[in-house]
Amino acid sequence: MTSAKASVKPHRNIKIEIQNLLLRGRAFVALIIVVVVFSILSPSFLSGTNIVIMSKHVAINAILAIGMTFVILTGGIDLSVGSIVGLVAMIAGGMINEGFTIPALGVTVYPHTWMIVLISLIIGTVLGTITGLIIAKFNVAPFIATLGMMYIGRGFAGLRNNGLTFANLVGREEFGNTGFEVLGAGTFLSIPYSIWIMVIFSVIAYLVTMRTPFGRHVYALGGNERSANLSGVPINPTKVIVYAISGFCCAWVGLIVASQLVAAHPATGETYELSAIAAVVLGGTSLAGGRGNVGGTLIGAFVIGVLGDGLIMLGVSTFWQSVIKGAVILDQMQARMQESVALAQQQEK
Amino acid sequence: MTVASQVVGQMDTHPSSMTDVCLRAEGITKVFPGTIALENVDFNVYRGKVNVLVGENGAGKSTLMKILAGVEQATHGRVLLEGKEIHIKSPLDATRHGIGIIYQELTLCPNLTVDENIFLARELSSNGVFIDRKTQKKRTRELIRRLEQNIKPEAYVGDLRIGQQQIVEIAKALAQNIQILIMDEPTSALSVAEVQVLFKVIRELKANGVSIIYISHKLEELLQIGDYVTILRDGKLVCEAEASKIDVPWIIEKMVGRSPSKLFTRTEHKIGEVLMHIENMTLPRLGGGYVVDHVSFDVHAGEILGLYGLMGAGRSDLLDCLAGTCPLANGEVILNGKKLLTFTVTDRIRKGIVLIPENRQAEGLVPTLSVAHNMTLASLARYLSRFFISRKKEMAAVNGMIKDLRVRVTNPNQLITSLSGGNQQKVVVAKGLLTEPKVLLMDEPTRGIDVGAKSEIFEIMNNLALQGYGVVFVSSELKEILAMSDRILVMSKGKITGEFSHDEATEEKLVAASAIGHELVQVENNSNGGK
Repeated sequence: MTSAKASVKPHRNIKIEIQNLLLRGRAFVALIIVVVVFSILSPSFLSGTNIVIMSKHVAINAILAIGMTFVILTGGIDLSVGSIVGLVAMIAGGMINEGFTIPALGVTVYPHTWMIVLISLIIGTVLGTITGLIIAKFNVAPFIATLGMMYIGRGFAGLRNNGLTFANLVGREEFGNTGFEVLGAGTFLSIPYSIWIMVIFSVIAYLVTMRTPFGRHVYALGGNERSANLSGVPINPTKVIVYAISGFCCAWVGLIVASQLVAAHPATGETYELSAIAAVVLGGTSLAGGRGNVGGTLIGAFVIGVLGDGLIMLGVSTFWQSVIKGAVILDQMQARMQESVALAQQQEK
Repeated sequence: MTVASQVVGQMDTHPSSMTDVCLRAEGITKVFPGTIALENVDFNVYRGKVNVLVGENGAGKSTLMKILAGVEQATHGRVLLEGKEIHIKSPLDATRHGIGIIYQELTLCPNLTVDENIFLARELSSNGVFIDRKTQKKRTRELIRRLEQNIKPEAYVGDLRIGQQQIVEIAKALAQNIQILIMDEPTSALSVAEVQVLFKVIRELKANGVSIIYISHKLEELLQIGDYVTILRDGKLVCEAEASKIDVPWIIEKMVGRSPSKLFTRTEHKIGEVLMHIENMTLPRLGGGYVVDHVSFDVHAGEILGLYGLMGAGRSDLLDCLAGTCPLANGEVILNGKKLLTFTVTDRIRKGIVLIPENRQAEGLVPTLSVAHNMTLASLARYLSRFFISRKKEMAAVNGMIKDLRVRVTNPNQLITSLSGGNQQKVVVAKGLLTEPKVLLMDEPTRGIDVGAKSEIFEIMNNLALQGYGVVFVSSELKEILAMSDRILVMSKGKITGEFSHDEATEEKLVAASAIGHELVQVENNSNGGK
């Protein structure tokens, strides 16, 4: 019963306004604090090379987190992310080193590197689509469906080469499949490709979420599925597409990681899903769905990435790194509670 | 207007015997960001009486009740219980002081059973460890019987119809030992028979010394059950009066601040060709029988078709079938002479059939979205320029609707949840209208909204009929349906049991038709509707 009346405006308290602003942009504030602290403690922290190296690390998590943002905005979750990264890496690695044999003709085909990238992306997207179909058509809880896909994906990643690594993914001149390592090592305007991919994905994801009907459907679905359905939002296709997007992002990360290492290991991407979820949640997206945005996710990914690299530079043990990361995540969640309290306080004055 | 003059004298001086007041709110002010919900309001609760609180949506009734129930804290002012100041900081505090509340929006857990809901957080236990389900069920059965209903204690609340859920909500309040019971719109989803049962229970409670605070938009009902009437407008106290000394037009005038003569008028409109024909619409009930039982009827262009029936008669389910939300529905929908072949909501909306659902919170709105985004959710394709939603086109549509339907908002980008019930409902209607429908299905469009907003909703319906749209609306309120409909269909047990034109319909005829197939007072068990 709080019909808004424009004529009555309670006095605005500047202090509370600023406090609110800080709370709303808390992930950004955290990022600034982390950057300032590390640049004081370690002089080389803010050097150009270090920023590029850090961003390269951030990019991998950020790309996954962008896909994850779509999923979480609908009120779902994708635990299969890390496994799909590993599976795609193994498939791409296998195609470079072994090609694929067509038994009927007795020949082995070595696809061109571009072809390998394309096939890998299609496989990642199809895997995501399958997850989405299971969730949408059979009404399986996203947590369970993606948990299942996580095990299946990891299993196939191991099966692909009996648990062994595909090493030295440089291809061979005579097969015309060289150049795979460029994706991980190459630069454009002296910025690595992975960072460009992150930037491009961020821009596209921002536009899609904020400006397209599909994006609006994603938010509505996460806010109230029943009501969205009655408004004519195509519920099932929207669900399938968000998991497909997540799978597509996974495929890119699988390719980037394999290319950076010039090798594909079956364990590639283990626990990546958790870092991605952490970035999304740190960025202010609600796990219940319907609230949040891509910009926040990007900042969240940077907080996690910068924190990790900074702690390594300072020589903090990996165990303490883990504790500190966890503490930052919990602190941000606590700040989220404060946000609602602050709103209530604002009403008082 | 002699009535009015009698009461005006009473306004300034407090009604005589102050000792009768068991709870008193003094100088309550409540400020929300951008809004003053209550401004220096006094409110008396008389012992063993029904204290009615009236006002339009946004007048501050619910806020005042939330303060008394401990959900909100007042910015200024104090609450006196038996003359002593008390501080109600939480709903638990309120219960401790003997204040209970039945909310307007249902607050039951759909995943729990009836008895689990009734004893939630007060579970009965014989040994202090395990819940004593047997006693809980027994007491639940007693409570439900007292309310003359037939709801099984082990039924899941989510499976019950809204009317039945409301009964459970009332039973839950009765299960607690309370001295002051707040009822916020308890009858908004009840049928006539159920309302009479509720009134009986209220009189019983009164006789036991329980004081009732009663909020409703149904004014006749208020005068029937109320003892004292307090009227709020725009967060301010207008007056307090004894119910026996006033009448409905007087209340409306005080509430709205204008004469009621213009409310509830039906404009004559020309009825055209058959717009939509429904043939043999059938919805099977889980476990045999039919929720909608081979229903056929026509909707004409420019016609307002009323659907009346008791709770569980299948009215809402029929609308659901037409809107495409029931995959099990069978039957033909012929729109403008063309048979519709697809059954999804998306397709029905595209073809021009749109539903304004019964349960605003659960089905009509997306609480995390803004007013504007809620409004355009069903019609986004209309604002595209290439791949993107054109902000300009979207806001033009939104602002147009806000103006047309007189939605009270400070900013279209504010969260939908910050609006009052009536304004939220207007947003849901606007969402439907923006799809440019041919047939508008409205399921209880005036449920839980005030007189002013109601008349605006009716005005919208009239306008749509004038423009040649077909409007089908379901209502449990006889007066509304009689006043607004060009033609009335009455449903009972999934079948159409009566059809009346505007001129031949009377309350008696509708009630008689709605009772066909029911030997006793309307009793329904939980499997209705399959929701």
